[in-house]
Amino acid sequence: MNQSTPPIPAWGIPDPVRGVTGTEPLLAVDDLHVEFATRRGTVKAVNGVSYALNPGETLAVLGESGSGKSVTAQAIMGILDAPQARIPRGRIRFRGTDLLRLKEDARAQVRGRRIAMVFQDALSALNPVFTVGSQIAEMFRVHQGTSRRDAEARAVELMDRVRIPGARQRLHDYPHQFSGGMRQRIMIAMAIALDPEVLIADEPTTALDVTVQAQIMELLAEVQRDSGMGMILITHDLGVVADVADKIVVMYGGRIVENALVHDVYRTPAHPYTKGLLKSIPRVDRKGRELYAISGTPPNLLDMPPGCAFAPRCPYRQDNCTTEAPPLYRIGPTRGSACHYWREVLDGSHG
Amino acid sequence: MGRYILRRLLQAIPVLLGATLLIYAIVFALPGDPIASMYGDKRAPENVVNAMREQYHLNDPFIVQYWHYISGAFQGNFGRTFAGVEVSSIIASKFQVTLNLAFTALVMEAVIGVGLGLYAALRRGRAQDTMVLASTLVLISVPTLVTGFVLQLLLGVKLKQSTGIEFFPISGVADGLHSYLLPAFVLAGTSIAYLTRLTRTSLAETLRADYIRTAVAKGMPRRRVVGRHALRNALIPLVTYLGADLGTLMGGAVITETIFNLPGIGQELFRSVYERQQPVVVGIVTLLVLVYILANLIVDLLYAVLDPRIRYE
Amino acid sequence: MSDTAAPRARHAKHAKSFSRPPSKPRSGSSRGGRTAGGAKPASLWSDAWQDLRRRPLFIASAVLIGVILLMAVAPGLFTSVDPYDASTCRLGDARQAPSALHWFGTDNQGCDTYARTVYGASNSLLVGLCTTVATVAVGGLLGLVAGFRGGLPDALLSRVTEVFFAIPSVLGALLILAVFRAGTVWTVTLALAVLAWPMTFRIMRAAVITAKSQDYVIAARALGASNRRIMFRHVLPNSMASVIVVATINLGVFIAAEAGLSFLGVGIQSPEISWGLMIADARPRFLEAASPLLFPAAFLSVTVLAFIMLGDAVRDALDPKLR
Repeated sequence: MNQSTPPIPAWGIPDPVRGVTGTEPLLAVDDLHVEFATRRGTVKAVNGVSYALNPGETLAVLGESGSGKSVTAQAIMGILDAPQARIPRGRIRFRGTDLLRLKEDARAQVRGRRIAMVFQDALSALNPVFTVGSQIAEMFRVHQGTSRRDAEARAVELMDRVRIPGARQRLHDYPHQFSGGMRQRIMIAMAIALDPEVLIADEPTTALDVTVQAQIMELLAEVQRDSGMGMILITHDLGVVADVADKIVVMYGGRIVENALVHDVYRTPAHPYTKGLLKSIPRVDRKGRELYAISGTPPNLLDMPPGCAFAPRCPYRQDNCTTEAPPLYRIGPTRGSACHYWREVLDGSHG
Repeated sequence: MGRYILRRLLQAIPVLLGATLLIYAIVFALPGDPIASMYGDKRAPENVVNAMREQYHLNDPFIVQYWHYISGAFQGNFGRTFAGVEVSSIIASKFQVTLNLAFTALVMEAVIGVGLGLYAALRRGRAQDTMVLASTLVLISVPTLVTGFVLQLLLGVKLKQSTGIEFFPISGVADGLHSYLLPAFVLAGTSIAYLTRLTRTSLAETLRADYIRTAVAKGMPRRRVVGRHALRNALIPLVTYLGADLGTLMGGAVITETIFNLPGIGQELFRSVYERQQPVVVGIVTLLVLVYILANLIVDLLYAVLDPRIRYE
Repeated sequence: MSDTAAPRARHAKHAKSFSRPPSKPRSGSSRGGRTAGGAKPASLWSDAWQDLRRRPLFIASAVLIGVILLMAVAPGLFTSVDPYDASTCRLGDARQAPSALHWFGTDNQGCDTYARTVYGASNSLLVGLCTTVATVAVGGLLGLVAGFRGGLPDALLSRVTEVFFAIPSVLGALLILAVFRAGTVWTVTLALAVLAWPMTFRIMRAAVITAKSQDYVIAARALGASNRRIMFRHVLPNSMASVIVVATINLGVFIAAEAGLSFLGVGIQSPEISWGLMIADARPRFLEAASPLLFPAAFLSVTVLAFIMLGDAVRDALDPKLR
């Protein structure tokens, strides 16, 4: 794996994650920048993120809170908090069309219907005063003008599909009457109601018990397999990713620090941050040893350091790291790493 | 639900007893002899006085008098004035006036307050929002006493002088519901301002909720997101406020009634205090306490209808 | 453990009194709190003060209140006429329009409306301040005890306040004042305080219960801090915010209530001067001579406005989420 690929910047050349077929991907985020105007200054939440998703593929976007992973997703959905949020640069191409250039009503045609989203905390993401049935049926009623009866019938079908026991009886229950796992199933049912081409799942299991987490991930994977849609799975938990994702994008401080096929990352991480994340997963075979934790704190997005954002916490840090921001080096046909010393990191991974 | 209502009603009994006892004690402490005052400057004949004192239990200790009163009240007998008139018949007609006034005020409050609040919330941070906020500040600060006279002068008198048309009658209740318009607005003034602010905060806060983001992500049109998903949740605190305000409006109507010469219970209470008509005073206050308790009960029940998360056992 | 760890006190749902419940009851998530980005952490109060002194609303209300206070303490600075001296009134000059001699005109007795209005400030302010102090002292203390101790004292006190809430404030005050044959500043204060303390009680109690269950209080308890220390060092400072806001707003409300009661004839009595009384005196001839009514009414409104603005500004400074 340690072949000598020249350290050329990944910008401008076909992104390795974008796939090898050369055709237009289903969804492509290209050099996206998002900033928020706050009372303390401009927060640069996303700083030049590019990734691509093909049909039937699952892309995991990994990063801690504040890494910009959710903001990127919200930009795709077009649900950033107006008026504080601004997109100064970048494109989000969905089947070739730049969503950012669409008018709001054209955008609304895509939202929910062709690109859907599952949120983290289903309890707060579902409207507490409407029955789950009406919230699912609303998708058909508003988007397709279906009659109330037909919409409800289809809502029951969906609830069956996400395996909610006694779907027909529970149609008229309210969100608070369901368990956390069941609520998340309802969120998923709502999201897949109109057979979207892209499903974005933003930390879909974070708010759940560990045992339920696995069931929800399984359900998402199954739904994705059946429908052939592309899925973006946003998470801060590497453990969740391995079985489900095809590709991984690791984000830090609003940038992509590593992108690769999922098994490459697990075998040989090429960025110190990814490496740190992997080391901090509790593992049965290392039982008894102290758990690793990345030292230091996430960067302050109001005041980003000039060099590599990870430098202050990085064990591989050299002098130029604090002055030169590393580009996303192309280090293989399907992977990139934004570390000046990715070779050392890779070597260390082998050793 | 039925058990809940029953429990709430039972809980209301100590409040009702406490409030009436307190009022009775204050009325008991009022200076002056009610029977002597009936005769004005003349000296009342002693045998008449004694008979009346016996009849109205005036020689009994305070707590016994209270007992006579409250046990009568529970049987629907609010007693008679010292002139022998049924208290309930006196209160009934006055109560109607105050109820009309308070209800008109409540409707104005709901329509104007919620309307302005929604308008401001949807234009949060813009000039219109600031304008609405500034006007609520003024409306809150200017006492009823002042708005009453100023509007009476401007809308009642000047407007009539300059146009020759009487838009707003300013005295008495001769013109039916029409005569309540201006007084009701005066009475509702402060409440309108508070409800506007409450609506604005409530809707603005609701619009930041996660489920609103979900509704947008589902591709719902903005009209539906605001008008259905947000409004339905934002309404919940407003209903509480409005319900509880009915009692406040009725109890606070005395100044408005005085300014506009409306023969309501505030006016009646005022007169009864000076004529030492204890049964009337206690009767009126008891009635208002009952209105307060019932309004709060209804609000609690409405809450359960509006917010499915609340269930009463 | 210092105040820096304290979350911003949230307002308890405001109860109401005199038909003026303080605005913006709120609850809900603590979105958008301040992030620690500054150099040194500022405490709740100094942070709020820094914020407050830059607010136009605060500056405007502080200036207004300053002028009104000065008027109350030293009315002689504003007018050379002493309205308590009956010889300054001439019946023949009754109901004159505003002029250079009588800036606000004269009233039905031919007294100078401007001088009377200026002198009216002191009684209004006195009632407002005394009632506020009394309600904060009684309601605040009982609320602290009830919220902190819970149990029987809390249950009893809460039942008692429920009774008071059920009694309409204006009518209750009217009754209490009727017991005293002649109203004075002190009887009005008493009547208002008796009916208004439960509101302070409720707000204090709710704030204390919230503060008591905060992590840093639990931590202090776990570290073995005494009840007294927890109550005064941790719970009280963090519960005062909402009480202060409501007390400021209520000061204005009490001033308005005094005017209302004096207008009805049960409050401050002639020959004392009160804005409410002036309005009542001017009322019979109001439609022919409006100025003896409108000027005290304007002063009354501005005074109430000043205190409510101050309360709004303080609340916004203490609770940045509401912006």
